[in-house]
Order: sequence, then structure tokens, then C-alpha cells
Amino acid sequence: MSETARLWRTFRKNRTAFAGAVITLIVVLVAIFAPLIAPYDPLDQDVYHRLLSPQRGHLLGTDNFGRDSFSRIIYGARVSLIVGVCSVLIGMVVGTSLGIIAAMKGGKVENLVMRVVDVLMSFPNLIMGLMIMAILGSGMGKLIIAIGIIMAPRFARIAHAPTLAIKEQDYITAARALGFSDLRVIFRHALPNILGEVLVMGTLWTATAIRIEANLSFIGLGVPPPTPTWGGIIREGMDYLSNASWISLFSGVAILITVLSFNMLGDGVRDIIDPRITHGV
Amino acid sequence: MGSYLVRRVLLAIPILFAVLTLVFLLVRVAPGDPAVAALGDYASKEAVEALREKMGLNAPLYVQYFQFLAGLFRGDLGRSLINSRPVASQIASVFPYTLELTTSGIIFGSLLGIPLGILTALRRNRLVDYIGRVFSLAGLSVPAFYLGILLLLLFSLKFNLFPVVGGGDLSNLGETLYYLFLPALTLALIMMSYVTRMARSSILNILNEDYVRTARAKGLREWLVIYKHVLRNALLPLLSIVGMFSIVLIGSSVMTEVVFSRPGLGKMMVGAMKQRDYIMLQSIMVIFSSLVVFINLITDLAYGFTDPRIRYD
Repeated sequence: MSETARLWRTFRKNRTAFAGAVITLIVVLVAIFAPLIAPYDPLDQDVYHRLLSPQRGHLLGTDNFGRDSFSRIIYGARVSLIVGVCSVLIGMVVGTSLGIIAAMKGGKVENLVMRVVDVLMSFPNLIMGLMIMAILGSGMGKLIIAIGIIMAPRFARIAHAPTLAIKEQDYITAARALGFSDLRVIFRHALPNILGEVLVMGTLWTATAIRIEANLSFIGLGVPPPTPTWGGIIREGMDYLSNASWISLFSGVAILITVLSFNMLGDGVRDIIDPRITHGV
Repeated sequence: MGSYLVRRVLLAIPILFAVLTLVFLLVRVAPGDPAVAALGDYASKEAVEALREKMGLNAPLYVQYFQFLAGLFRGDLGRSLINSRPVASQIASVFPYTLELTTSGIIFGSLLGIPLGILTALRRNRLVDYIGRVFSLAGLSVPAFYLGILLLLLFSLKFNLFPVVGGGDLSNLGETLYYLFLPALTLALIMMSYVTRMARSSILNILNEDYVRTARAKGLREWLVIYKHVLRNALLPLLSIVGMFSIVLIGSSVMTEVVFSRPGLGKMMVGAMKQRDYIMLQSIMVIFSSLVVFINLITDLAYGFTDPRIRYD
């Protein structure tokens, strides 16, 4: 049996990972095909049908502007996924590069980079996100940058330690002795060895990134209205909690399902490629 | 222990400086003029200039930096740009609310999470383990504010058991607890999820150690193996777990305060952001950052206290 087939079998047998992958895929498809799935335009207001409870025609009810909650939640998936994935990608590229370079260079560079990483990582994600957004101001691009900044130090740290170990291996010494440039040694020899771990953590941290996005949107520091975002929908529903709780309630379910599926996927894949039992968060 | 304590405390000072410098720079690199932000886009040039002068924004950066540090040293955080009251006293008036909220979240979350983590590890792959794992995975996927809303809907709006908003009068214990319960429960549940999961995996790691096998091989009764060998060695990882997630919980406390409209540092920070009160914002960042450095210090000291090896490292 080929290596790929063996991995696929293990993956299929790991129920958590498989379920996580299926749900994640569904959320991604919903986001991509939002215009086809959503029964209404998420921005269409209808003053005659405000605050309708869930019913036929409005599956999840309507909000205070008479906008269809179901359609808004479907479109909300777009912001969450774009912000979650892009910010993690930025953090992954910047952080992993910094971690590898720090480990390969050693000395002062390593010291400086890793100390800055320590300081940045000692902050809670949310406080960090709030601070950066307070300074940058709201908007999708800024949100991605802010969460990317939160993610980068984490990637730097997980890339740093294994690179230190790899650096001492004979094949790296051999590559260097052959006169290959530092960059080539890093990208051809060091990077492939840590890529698996980086990708697994990337999946898990996408869940974290989506949660941070929801938090910031809830406070009103994310993508500005009228663009529907899950956190934003919940915030708008807060004023109607006592008589139209569905507005906030269902949007939260969407966040929960998405974050959970990314967590399950990442967890399961890690169990497969790293059968040791240690779990980080 | 004495020399370790001194060394570790001394080490915290440069870290604190680095963090304070970071906060200072963050606020200074913000695009846009804080004075314009505070006064609005239509303010006259003279008014903006006067405010800049008053805020000390016209001085060179290094002078501003030293003034910032000198102010902190004297406990003078400046005055709010919105209501001109001293920031320090405003922070002092809400700080107890944040303190009682996060401490009770940390304590109850750990008291529930640690035994649950141990239990699920010892009963690995049994029913209680599955239930515990599902709950903790759900707990670390749910955003704090949403969990708060769910509790609010259930306990306050449906059953009318607890107040919807506010913080209560701190001098009245009954009222304090009445207002504290739901927000603290929110944080405790989140803390519990993190702690259960991490405690479970560290116990599982220890159960795989050679000395546990040896203890069992020599015929030691199981509860003695668990008590003397497993739990004792789990103390250190458990401590670090609690320390680590106490910091995470500070972040969640911000959201909890917003959802429950509870007075506190987090709510004040969000308010300062919306009103563009840079002085207030900077001060709250300083407080949060110092708290983080402080909790890290306490965790490290607790390490040294529980494990003599660390003291001599």
C-alpha cells in the first residue's frame, strides 16, 4: 500500500478528524456559494417584516431591519473564513521564516527575535487584538493584519525549536559543506522537516483566529457594518435579546460549529502524524 | 529559595520595561493625530494645537518616553481626554470588579478542571473520558461572549434568577455575589475546559513514565501509585497550566464585562477605544501588561517553590 493510501485510511478511521474535515468543507462551500444558497440578499431591509421569529420563508427569523438572519449568517461565513485563513497564512509565513532564520543564524539575531516572541506571546490574544485594532482602526484588511501579528510569534516558536535540532544533523552540515547558500539550506532542507507540524498548528490556529475575529467583530472593531459578520450579528442582536433572541443565538451556533470543526480537524490530523499523546491548545 | 526569588524578580524588571516601551510605541505609531481623534475632524487648528501641547505631543519622542515612565513611577497616569478626571483614580474604582471576576473564574475553573482532567486521564477511553473531552473541546471553541449570552438568556431572561447587567455595590457581599455569579461562571467554564484538556494530557504523559511502571511492578496499590507518583509529578505541569490560562482568562474577562455590562478594566478599555481616549487606553494597556508580567512571575516563583531543581538551574 502506498504511503498516501495508508495515511488516507488512518484519516478515515479517525472519526474526529474526518468529521472535522467534512464540516469544515461544508462551511467553506457555504461561504463560496453564498449567493446561490442564501434565499435573500443579506443587506435587503424589509420594515414590514422586522423581528420575525423563525418560520417558513425566514428559516432563522429576521433582525431589527427585517433582514433575513439565515442569509446574513451564510454571508457571514465569508468574512470569518477569509479573515481566519488569511491571517493565519500571514502569521505562518512571517512567523515560520523568523523562527527558522533565528535558529539557523543563532547569536544576537536569535536572541533578539526569540525575546520579542516571548514578550508578544505573553499577552492574551484578545488583549493583543484589541490593542492593535485600537491603533489600526476597523476594516477587513486591518483585522487580517492584527490577527496575523498575533499568530506570527506562535509560528516562530514552533518553527524555532525543531530547526535548532535539524541544524545539527549531518545532512545540513553536508549541504553547507557543498557550498549551498543559507537560503537554499533553509528552504530545501530545514523547512520540509517542520512543515507538517506547522500545517497542523495552522489548522488549529485558524480556529483560534476565527474566534478572535468573532470577538473583535462583536465589540465593533472588526469589519464595519452593513457587511454581515457573525460577531457583528450577535452584537446587533444584543438589544433584542429578550424578545428576539434568535438573532444572536443562531449566529453564535455558526461560530461554534466552524471553530469546533477546525479544532477537530487539526486535533485529528495531529494525532495521525504525531501519535504521542501530548496536546497543546 | 531566597536567591531564586530575587533573581526571578530582577528578571521581571527588564521584561516589564520592554512591555511598557511596546505600549508606548504602539500608541505613538497609531496613524492619525490623537488630538484630532479626540476633538473630531472639524476642530479648529488652534484647539488641536492647544491639546497637542497639553498632551505633550509636541515634545521629542524620547522626552515623551521619559515623561511617560516618570508619570508611571509616580503613579500619575494623566487625565482622561474625555472627562478630564485623573485616569489612575478611574482605574482604581473599577479594578476590584475585574479582580474579583477573574480570580473567581480562575479559582473555580481550576478547582473543577484539575480533578476532571485527572479523572478523564485515569478513565481513558471510557464514557467519562469521552464526555469530558467533548465538553472541553466545546468549551475551548465557544467564544467567551457567546457563552455569556447563553447563560444570560437561560438564567436571567428565562428564569429571572440573576441580574442582566451591572456590577452591584462592592461593599455589600450578597449583592456582589449576586452580580458576580453569571460572569464568573462564564469564565470558570472556559477555564475549566482549558484546564481539563491540558491536565488530562499531562497526566497521560506521566502515566507512561518508567517510574509509574516500576511502582506498579513492585506491587504498589493503584491509589498509592496515583497519589505518590502520578499526582506529585503532575503538580508542576498543572501549575504551569493554571498560570498560562490565567493569562488567557484576562482576555476573556474583557468580553465577559462587555456582555454583562459590568464595570471593569475591559469594559473601560473598550469604551476608551470607542471614544478615542488615548491617554486612558494607554494606561489600561499598561495595567493589563503589568498584570501579565506579574502572573508570569508568580507562576515562575510557584515553580521554584514546588520543584527545587528549578531554583538551582
